[in-house]
Amino acid sequence: MQQIRLGAIDYAILIVYFAFVLGIGWTLRRYVRSSADFFLSGRSIPTWIAGLAFLSANLGAQEVIGMAASGAKYGMMTSHFYWVGAIPAMVFVGIFMMPFYYGSRARSVPEYLRLRFDEKTRGLNAITFAVMTVFSSGISMYALAKLLELVLGWSFHTSVVLSAVIVLVYIFLGGLTSAIYNEVLQFFLIVLGFLPLVLLGLKDVGGWAGLTAKLETVATSAGYSAGAWSDSWRHLGSASANPMGVEWFGMVMGLGFVLSFGYWCTDFLVIQRAMAAESMLAARRTPLLAAIPKMLFPALVIVPGMIAIALHSSRGGLLPLGSDGTPNYNLAVPVLLAHYLPSGLLGLGLTALMASFMSGMAGNVTAFNTVWTYDIYQSYIRPGQTDRHYLRMGHAATVLGIVLSVAAAYATTRFNNIMDMLQLVFAFVNAPLFATFLLGMFWRRATGHGAFFGLLIGTAAAATHHGLVLPHGATPGLKGGFLGTVLHTYPSEMAQNFWTAIFAWSACFTATILISLLTRRNKSDDELRGLVYAVTPRGTDRELAWYQRPATLGGVVLGLTLLLNVIFW
Amino acid sequence: MNLDLRLPMGLMFAIFGAMLTLYGLGSGDAIYARSLGINVNLWWGLVLLAFGLVMLALVSRARAKRRGRPDAVP
Repeated sequence: MQQIRLGAIDYAILIVYFAFVLGIGWTLRRYVRSSADFFLSGRSIPTWIAGLAFLSANLGAQEVIGMAASGAKYGMMTSHFYWVGAIPAMVFVGIFMMPFYYGSRARSVPEYLRLRFDEKTRGLNAITFAVMTVFSSGISMYALAKLLELVLGWSFHTSVVLSAVIVLVYIFLGGLTSAIYNEVLQFFLIVLGFLPLVLLGLKDVGGWAGLTAKLETVATSAGYSAGAWSDSWRHLGSASANPMGVEWFGMVMGLGFVLSFGYWCTDFLVIQRAMAAESMLAARRTPLLAAIPKMLFPALVIVPGMIAIALHSSRGGLLPLGSDGTPNYNLAVPVLLAHYLPSGLLGLGLTALMASFMSGMAGNVTAFNTVWTYDIYQSYIRPGQTDRHYLRMGHAATVLGIVLSVAAAYATTRFNNIMDMLQLVFAFVNAPLFATFLLGMFWRRATGHGAFFGLLIGTAAAATHHGLVLPHGATPGLKGGFLGTVLHTYPSEMAQNFWTAIFAWSACFTATILISLLTRRNKSDDELRGLVYAVTPRGTDRELAWYQRPATLGGVVLGLTLLLNVIFW
Repeated sequence: MNLDLRLPMGLMFAIFGAMLTLYGLGSGDAIYARSLGINVNLWWGLVLLAFGLVMLALVSRARAKRRGRPDAVP
């Protein structure tokens, strides 16, 4: 694509933003006195801030660039990532799981696993999580630098160093509070920076009606029925009727149940934001409050992709073509930015884009330094030191996390396959986790051995399934089928991933139950108080008026989501 | 927490708003061909400015409240 030329006003906006980001870190440095301040914000964050940070920590490169790309590639069906995936999971974690995360006073998700199960389950989770976060942060950095290289002509090294240094400085100074405050700033910047783009794009294509009309051409020329790009549910009857290649069961179970619940309910990256909240009630409301803006995000991140593909087909070649002749969907947002925004707003839009990458990175780095310091360093390397010692380690771990992320970013430029392979392995590790937490929190009979070996069996099931199946048109290798025989061919990679997750979850769920029944309980009811549903005293919501209860808020959120599903059926 | 986040947030968006509004007033019509002929810098600048000022107003109201003068509005 043609490179964008920035004016003085655009650079000025970028510089003002960086000044504020660093300024917040600088102001907050005075309040960091203990390791709990650094890693948990002293458990003092108000609900609205924790909620927006919960949302924004996840609003990284993958969401802004990836969801727009999916919007262009698959159309309105991408909204399932929100309305079937994220929202119900966020309501579930707020109402049912947060009481145990927050109530147990665990400082991290792996630490919860130690309290609930045993040391080995925690170790397994802590180490895979630490490795995973560093690589995700590195991938985020790589994606940002590649994008800026392509769009602005900045050198790869400049972008990597610039983003790494800024994120390092503000986390180093202010710890988790600084990361959370900046995430909220980034949230508003992303909303206010992309909204004009969506409004201009919609006006240009003739509103929603004009957009659907243009998308009909896209759908019919790809060989689907006319509404395939603008309806979310109507074409899920069979996998061959929609561009995603998924049928409703794989969608609801794979994406909705296993993958989304697995991510939103067990990933420390987001849970950490709620754990930093000022009270149990605030912690429970954090994901519920986050769900409200989250359900509107498709308008901000998916619709631009749909506009881009509509214009691409109706006005001829808006998106640059890749080497295989298909449009480069990942460029949907940058291309629209350049297409609609004049100097001035363009600077704001690009700042928002950079903010999204940096909030993703910062989220990973703060989760990494906590897990490293509490769950690995304090547990296995140097236990029993003073709090000051662990605070210093937190600072060191922040530097380490950033350095490893930079290394991962450069590794990606050299070995693209290694990155794909790692992401695949992580998917295998993550898919069964939700079964472990579900059984851990709601079945007191689940044992440490059951959880540990259940997880391993779930991961093995994911790898085996992936090794025996292939997406349509792929050759055996990283894409699947590496075990020699191909038992089944899925219509798309997405369908294959959903089913891998379903197999992994079911295997972990069954294996954990069987092994738990065969092994002796290692925790008594007394030890499980506050960790497991059945032995935890309830009824704390009674003193709240009905409209203040988390369950009411959750019900409202689910009702609104259902409404959105029906409107865009 | 000790720093009211709305303060830096309000300041930042008010500054962005002022910058874009002024730039929108000063720039000619030519650059707005791509934004469908709308002076988006001016209009969106005013939106950001308003958002920033509302945040700042909330901060100063919260401060007045803490000093026990709930009637004090900036």
